[in-house]
Amino acid sequence: MAAPKRGRSASAPSKPGRSLALILIAIVALAGGMFASGHTTPRLGIDLAGGTSITLKAKADQGSAINKANMDTAVDIMNRRVNGLGVSEAEVQTQGDDNIIVNIPKGTNSKEAQEQVGTTAKLYFRPVLASEPSGPATKSPSPSASAKDGSSPKPGSSPSASASAGEKASGSGKETASGSASPSASATSQGRAVTDALKADSTPSPSGSASGSATPSATPSAPAGDGSGADAKLQAQYAALDCTKPTDRANAGKNAKPGRPTVACGQIDGAWYKYLLGPAAVDGTEVKKAQAVFDTQGAAGWQVQMNFTSKGAKKFADITGELASKPQPQNEFGIVLDGEVVSSPYVRQSITGGQAEISGSFQQDEAQSLANMLSYGALPLSFQEQSVTTVTAALGGEQLHAGLVAGAIGLALVVIYLVVYYRGLSIVAMASLLVSAILTYVIMSLLGPAINFALNLPAVCGAIVAIGITADSFIVYFERIRDEIREGRTLRPAVERAWPRARRTILVSDFVSFLAAAVLFVVTVGKVQGFAFTLGLTTLLDVVVVFFFTKPLMTLLARRKFFADGHKWSGLDPKSLGAKPPLRRTRRPAGPAAGPVDPKEA
Amino acid sequence: MSKLGTIGARLHRGEIAYDFVGKRMIWYGVSILITITAIVGLAVRGLNMGIEFEGGAVFTTPTKMNVSVAQAEEYANEASGHQAIVQKLGNDSLRIQIAGIDTGQSDRIKQELAKDLKLDPEKLAADLVGPSWGEQIANKAWEGLAIFMVLVVIYLAIAFEWRMAVAALVALIHDITITTGIYALVGFEVTPGTVIGLLTILGYSLYDTVVVFDSLKEQTKDLTKQTRFTYSEIANRSINGTLVRSVNTTVVALLPVAGLLFIGGGFLGAGTLNDISLSLFVGLAAGAYSSIFIATPLVADLKEREPAMKSLTKRVLAKRAQAAAEEDLAGVRATAGDDGDDGAPAVVGPRNQPARGRGRGRTSGKRR
Repeated sequence: MAAPKRGRSASAPSKPGRSLALILIAIVALAGGMFASGHTTPRLGIDLAGGTSITLKAKADQGSAINKANMDTAVDIMNRRVNGLGVSEAEVQTQGDDNIIVNIPKGTNSKEAQEQVGTTAKLYFRPVLASEPSGPATKSPSPSASAKDGSSPKPGSSPSASASAGEKASGSGKETASGSASPSASATSQGRAVTDALKADSTPSPSGSASGSATPSATPSAPAGDGSGADAKLQAQYAALDCTKPTDRANAGKNAKPGRPTVACGQIDGAWYKYLLGPAAVDGTEVKKAQAVFDTQGAAGWQVQMNFTSKGAKKFADITGELASKPQPQNEFGIVLDGEVVSSPYVRQSITGGQAEISGSFQQDEAQSLANMLSYGALPLSFQEQSVTTVTAALGGEQLHAGLVAGAIGLALVVIYLVVYYRGLSIVAMASLLVSAILTYVIMSLLGPAINFALNLPAVCGAIVAIGITADSFIVYFERIRDEIREGRTLRPAVERAWPRARRTILVSDFVSFLAAAVLFVVTVGKVQGFAFTLGLTTLLDVVVVFFFTKPLMTLLARRKFFADGHKWSGLDPKSLGAKPPLRRTRRPAGPAAGPVDPKEA
Repeated sequence: MSKLGTIGARLHRGEIAYDFVGKRMIWYGVSILITITAIVGLAVRGLNMGIEFEGGAVFTTPTKMNVSVAQAEEYANEASGHQAIVQKLGNDSLRIQIAGIDTGQSDRIKQELAKDLKLDPEKLAADLVGPSWGEQIANKAWEGLAIFMVLVVIYLAIAFEWRMAVAALVALIHDITITTGIYALVGFEVTPGTVIGLLTILGYSLYDTVVVFDSLKEQTKDLTKQTRFTYSEIANRSINGTLVRSVNTTVVALLPVAGLLFIGGGFLGAGTLNDISLSLFVGLAAGAYSSIFIATPLVADLKEREPAMKSLTKRVLAKRAQAAAEEDLAGVRATAGDDGDDGAPAVVGPRNQPARGRGRGRTSGKRR
């Protein structure tokens, strides 16, 4: 950045114009981009736009460490939850090591959001009524995509996993299809057969499994009984569902009531499956505890053990008893987390006693993750509400208004001071401040959509404070120029000679400012971060403006008669600056004054 | 301008100069006194921590409330069972602070308050904070402060030298102590906004210091090759030379902050704007003071301990004594002040205009 500016007066002439043109083009391009993108105002933070900001702090619980992976998972899940409310601007982000901040802009049901974000019980066990691979290429592009039973048809995995299952729910997860379901043509046809059957008989009955009494010997045709309108609608929804589409996925499980059947998507081994699910049989809250254990006796490897509450245990016994007798895939239950099927193990027999295992060829982390989901509903960690902040838009607007008025007045005072003190030179300062302001505004506007930058109140303060920092650079440069004039130089050489020194000072001190901003940005949380970001941004822009605007403009103006001749109002009048008359127009005075001047110029 | 400009010119030439370095002991004393006061204030009065640090809730009513502060306070005390603090904001809205309640209670209190104040609960803005939230911001701030200090010392030690890094660090700690001390003494409330303001001082206080150091470094580059000035004298000249700039930048930095503080704050009475700008205002002023009166004299002090600088000072003094002796011999008017006082006049001499008469007397000084 500094290199091209090195030129002394000899090489200067062609450069100032180029630099000015460059920065003007940059401004026009950025502003054009801003208008093109339609984001003509900076995104306002929660405090200015209004809304709710919830801060959650992770608590270290048994077996769940507060680490980045867990925090990221939690953010991911919470994000799904708040955006499930239909809020596109909701933000969920980690702050520091163990905080999650959820910002929900005005206009949403903040109470509902608040409940959803931190709670850990949006988990249901639902019986699977039908399922099939989903996506445009439904017709079995590969055995893996079509093999249906919610399991991975990984040829290498051990079938013994499920075979060893005694009294347990045999896992889907990574489990190799047991017995009947193998990654073979038969599995494929079975999957399709289910689909066909469902298409043929319009409605699988949700009531059957819900009551637990009806149709113990259910067959695919059995549910055809009560085909109400709603179920036909659901059936149509199921048929239309394409789980490879994110929008479909997001809507699939949305607003699913626990007591009603629903459709949902689930991803198994990278392939999407769609499910038609019955009413929730067991609630996630009824899982007392779940943990990943390594089965040292059998060959089952990693398993997930679940303990149910007494109520849950009874329900689970009912549902498993019911499911065990059914054919594929209706002997499965889907573990549905926030509307998405995370696992669909099948059941071999009724499981009583409140304890169950899901086995399969899990990797340790997979088992761990499933266990976490079961224990905490969704979140790998439990969270405690630290603060819930409701800011009305009126208050935020008031503050913003006051901040802007104050900023304008502060700016006006600065301008007045600059005009009084620097006279003509203040034109340069004001033009530079203006360029700086435009750049800041445009970049902030663009950063909104780009990196979700939101201008909160501390950031507004940061921007106002930055006026002073930006003006500092000009003052450093102007004082240098004036010093050079005092040494007896004429303006043009003075402008050029002053620059390298002013440049170094500006860079060194801006670096310190930037360092402070960067450290604050990395280390701190919440409001402080926004403030630090703004400070860092404006410090960088300050450097850009001084290098590409102020200096070239100064070079150009130094050629004008008004400034070069040191007009009384130019701010560069050698006489009022107290230049030494005998030294005027003398480059290297060899007179008596040479000695004393030296230390300064050395 | 002309008047100020002339002062600038005279400062530049060294015609007028305040002996910052020479009188450093006075300023050290002043600073130590302020620092002790600040520490005592901190120890005795402690900081008035905002509810962000204590836990509690802030309710803000919409504008145009027809309820008096006392009335609102009564409502709030009744609703919460805690002592509430009610402030009237600039736009006639009320800010009701209740410390020591948790999120569970707040919703009930909000409903009750809204009923008492005859408000739609939706319009009553609530700001609930757990006690550890502010604590965490503060902890992070300390962490940031520590990291920043280490990094900046390393940077300054590389860009300049370790003595300057040390002096800058001392000045920084000095600024932070003074700012927090004022908070303790005056009893301003400490909020996360205050912490933000305090942290900003970091960069700004050093910005000023670095500008003076930069000039100092430049002027002392070939110091040992001459025998005219001691390090302290050059340091003093650096301060004086950059004084106009320091004053200007400080004024220009303070103006917008003052705008935020007095005008922005006046609009609303209290809030984030005030918190940030108040600590910034105090900190910026302290930062400007410390960069001139503390940091640079401290560098000079440290520098003068170097053997090279010690011998330089000896040479300079010897030379001056010799010059004085020569002048005495030549029968020219003695320049009495020059050798005794190593401060301002010595710096002033060479830069001086013949009009002052001293230049003529020091013809021998031209020899290098």
